[in-house]
Amino acid sequence: MSDLSGEKLSVEAIRSGTVIDHIPRGRGLRILGRLQLKNSEARITVGLNLPSRNLSAKDLIKIDEWQFTETDAAELALFAPNATVNIVENYKVKRKFTIGMPSEFVNVFWCPNANCVTRHDSVGTRFKVNRTVDGVHLQCHFCERGFSEELFTEQDRLLGLAYMETVV
Amino acid sequence: MENRLFGRDIVSISDLSRDDIESIIKQAATLKELGAGPYLSGKLIASCFFEASTRTRLSFEAAVQTLGGRLIGFSDSETTSAKKGEKLSDSIRMIAAYADAILLRHPHEGAARMAAEVAETPVINCGDGANQHPTQTLLDLFSIAECQGRLDGLNIALVGDLKYGRTVHSLALALAHFKPHLHFVAPDALRMPSYIENALADGGVSFEYQDSLEDVVPKVDVLYLTRVQKERLDPTEYMHVASKYVLTVDGLCNAQPHLRVMHPLPRVDEIHPAVDTTEHAYYFEQAKNGLYVRQALLSLVMNESLE
Repeated sequence: MSDLSGEKLSVEAIRSGTVIDHIPRGRGLRILGRLQLKNSEARITVGLNLPSRNLSAKDLIKIDEWQFTETDAAELALFAPNATVNIVENYKVKRKFTIGMPSEFVNVFWCPNANCVTRHDSVGTRFKVNRTVDGVHLQCHFCERGFSEELFTEQDRLLGLAYMETVV
Repeated sequence: MENRLFGRDIVSISDLSRDDIESIIKQAATLKELGAGPYLSGKLIASCFFEASTRTRLSFEAAVQTLGGRLIGFSDSETTSAKKGEKLSDSIRMIAAYADAILLRHPHEGAARMAAEVAETPVINCGDGANQHPTQTLLDLFSIAECQGRLDGLNIALVGDLKYGRTVHSLALALAHFKPHLHFVAPDALRMPSYIENALADGGVSFEYQDSLEDVVPKVDVLYLTRVQKERLDPTEYMHVASKYVLTVDGLCNAQPHLRVMHPLPRVDEIHPAVDTTEHAYYFEQAKNGLYVRQALLSLVMNESLE
């Protein structure tokens, strides 16, 4: 609760919803992109480059009237595994948890392999999370290929580009 | 002995334990020696080849027929509803309702896994794009065990296109159960992908790269050659590679007497035809073993007990 009260001057408090705190600087907009894909109607306030006790600077996101479940939060694990999720009710933090890294992602990302069956059939996606010395790798349950995390954290941008191409 | 393969899907070689692999090899050896029994009597098997195949389809269909089973199916997607845009998952649900097991080849990677998850009957992967072809790996393992009398602790060279060849990827990973020493011979542009090297290292498999066939021949029990496809390299490099990785009778003069040469076929120029008549040539026997291994797999998947 201490961090949140300390930032009330930087970002307006919310009555009910979710505050994602301790997002590494620069990852806030990526998370915003994903949240907008999931719910384009959500009312969201973003704070960038806020002062932080533990990080040199951090991003913070407040979402009105949407109380995250652990599953909602886990979808953001590749962007900010150590971020804190605060569930707010009546201006008070009702529950608080760290996002953490799940053992797998189900129906969160699309497979970067264009020849994977999930890109051609109405079947959901599943990726197993493997931690290696080089970082996090995701292995597709279907095509069995392994990919580095950047191929997933860049997907919103790529989706955006694909959308732009169809619009143009 | 309990048959742990009964009713199972065979999608990826990585789904099979050492015990599973050994039971398939044992059953294949029995069928090769004693001939096929009526293990598929009264069973209807759907052979669904969404892309063309010669050896795999014919050996699977021969396996079904020689075990007394009946077949339905198709040998390319041109004559199926896939042409009308039907999703594979819908086709598989329908086929699963007609048949006792599905043999599936499909150009999309992961198709067999997806099919196995929607079908209530066993699905056997006959190749899903560039991903898996588990029965090729099983017939390779059976052939190695047959010609060397064991699988444990062998010196095995994998030669040619190690980057794109799914055959050598699956074989290397499956051999990890048997603690081999692997020798890789490949042009720089076609080395083993790092994720395979990492998996082998994690599995405690020792491997090293050798510069030429000449260096590796005296050291190994099995020489496993693969085809280098012209389009993978620039023309000058291909000329260089083509001459460097061709096996001739002279190239085998320092081989140990028990060395056997294997190849998943089709071969183009990698093995000189004169090698065919040496005692080292094993690739045609290897191809023949495809029938026994597929018979073994079908008999184990479709029967709770083989007594």
